[in-house]
Amino acid sequence: MRVLGIETSCDESAVAIYDSEQGLLGHDLYSQAGMHAQYGGVVPELASRDHVRKLVPLIKQLLERTATCAAEIDGVAYTAGPGLVGALLVGASVGRSLAWSWNVPAVAVHHLEGHILAPMLEQNRPAFPFLALLVSGGHTQLIRADGVGRYRIIGDTLDDSAGEAFDKTAKLLGLSYPGGPELARLAEQGNQSRFRFPRPMTNRPGLDFSFSGLKTFAANTVREQDDDPQTRADIAHAFQQAVVETLVIKCRRALQQTGLTRLVVAGGVSANRQLRIRLRETATQLGSEVFYPGMEFCTDNGAMIAYAGWLRLKAGEQEPLAFAAKARWPLNALANNTDEQLTGC
Amino acid sequence: MKILAIETSSEACSAALLINDEIRQRYQFAPQKHAELILPMLESLLAEAQLSLNAMDALAFGRGPGAFTGVRIASGVIQGLAFGADLPVVPVSSLAALAQQLHRETGETQLLAAFDARMKELYWGAYEVDADHQLVRLVGDEVVCLPEQVPLPTAGAWHGVGSGWCAYAAALNERLAPRLSGWMGDERYPRAEEVAQLALSRFKKGLAVSAEHALPVYLRDNVVRQPQSDIAQEKREGNTAIKKPL
Repeated sequence: MRVLGIETSCDESAVAIYDSEQGLLGHDLYSQAGMHAQYGGVVPELASRDHVRKLVPLIKQLLERTATCAAEIDGVAYTAGPGLVGALLVGASVGRSLAWSWNVPAVAVHHLEGHILAPMLEQNRPAFPFLALLVSGGHTQLIRADGVGRYRIIGDTLDDSAGEAFDKTAKLLGLSYPGGPELARLAEQGNQSRFRFPRPMTNRPGLDFSFSGLKTFAANTVREQDDDPQTRADIAHAFQQAVVETLVIKCRRALQQTGLTRLVVAGGVSANRQLRIRLRETATQLGSEVFYPGMEFCTDNGAMIAYAGWLRLKAGEQEPLAFAAKARWPLNALANNTDEQLTGC
Repeated sequence: MKILAIETSSEACSAALLINDEIRQRYQFAPQKHAELILPMLESLLAEAQLSLNAMDALAFGRGPGAFTGVRIASGVIQGLAFGADLPVVPVSSLAALAQQLHRETGETQLLAAFDARMKELYWGAYEVDADHQLVRLVGDEVVCLPEQVPLPTAGAWHGVGSGWCAYAAALNERLAPRLSGWMGDERYPRAEEVAQLALSRFKKGLAVSAEHALPVYLRDNVVRQPQSDIAQEKREGNTAIKKPL
């Protein structure tokens, strides 16, 4: 079975073709990040306008590049939420109508399920059940995954996500949006003994996170210290170390509490090098194994949507001709499809 | 000649199937339900006529101006269908479609179509009817502007139509008084039937485009405001920068 995947939930138009026998045939992505950078964040209306210009040309280009003809596509998967509803509706409109015109089934994919399953595109794939750490600009969650569509959130952030804390602290250090990856680069030049930041919520039981206090701590440190390149690097280092340690402590705790032996790390922050090093050490100590998506599939992409869509089509799911986009869509609701919050258009 | 048309730029949602001289339509006043309704409407039209999508000569859509999201649903759906079935697309102005509707209903031949564009502005277009074909033709340009600043039409007996006339009745009457014969603001929204009708003539003139060029016309292009102003308001309208989620 061959599935076309479409992702337009935020500021990336992305497409991919997944084949159940041959794996990923190809994927393409157009990032709007440059356009939004001048506004210091994603402007939803501009994002939607760009998706409607870029999506069909991307699909056309991908089909040509992979020498796939329309008759070879057995299904179309598109991200239906959560995300920016206007942006999602572009992918849903094109995806649903394209499937209809090709006379193949369409399936609406949950964006976060795409991320959780992204490591399954790799050679070394995790088997269910596993623990997933979903860590990005929008989320910091620990999820117990017992099967396709069977997810339980066992830890969540009470305020900012880890990626948000990275971006906001990067801004304090004068780095341009989105500054998380740049902050990580700056941290490599930092002195590790100069500052020590708190590890929020690690000295009490539970699997929840809180990163807004850490951001405030960083702001105070920036204000109190001289503004020179080495100090900025030292602050970046201490901040990154605090976030990484906090994530590692909670992952260790979650693995121990659940007895799970496989850890999947996904989302934009899963590309962070320090996080990968520290999680691997911890997993080794616990006799567990860590799985990551390929670097290009940590952030938003079409491949994870094509893959998740294939799993759901294979299970016999398909969307009616009436399509929808959901700004909010609890991951917990996937199993029974009851608690959906339809936002329509 | 067979054309399948959709129009979702306003609170109304409609689809139409033109087969030579006959047009069948599905129409529903259904704010926020366009995504839910539009493909089932098309399916039922094709089923009734016992035709497949591939039997069409062209597709058409109301390309705006209008509600941004609604116009994009029309564009997205049509791009998907046109790319999938390899069909040409005829974009049709939603203002022209409404002007054509009023002409058909009343016989008026000088028409001023206006949609409420919010933010104190309206989308505006002036149309005259071509006596040979009984189809509206744009006079000047379509614009987004304040009601006090709409372009003045030539002398004549112009008739207004559209939600903009309800929203800004006093200002428009004052500006256009000597040239205005009347207006109808309520319960008229652009429809796929007139989109199909106008598309037929444009298709014959060779004005169809390929799928990826079936794009919305927003008219309002200045959609980002500075974050110093009312942030809550902007968030509701979706034009303020937000932090990227996953």
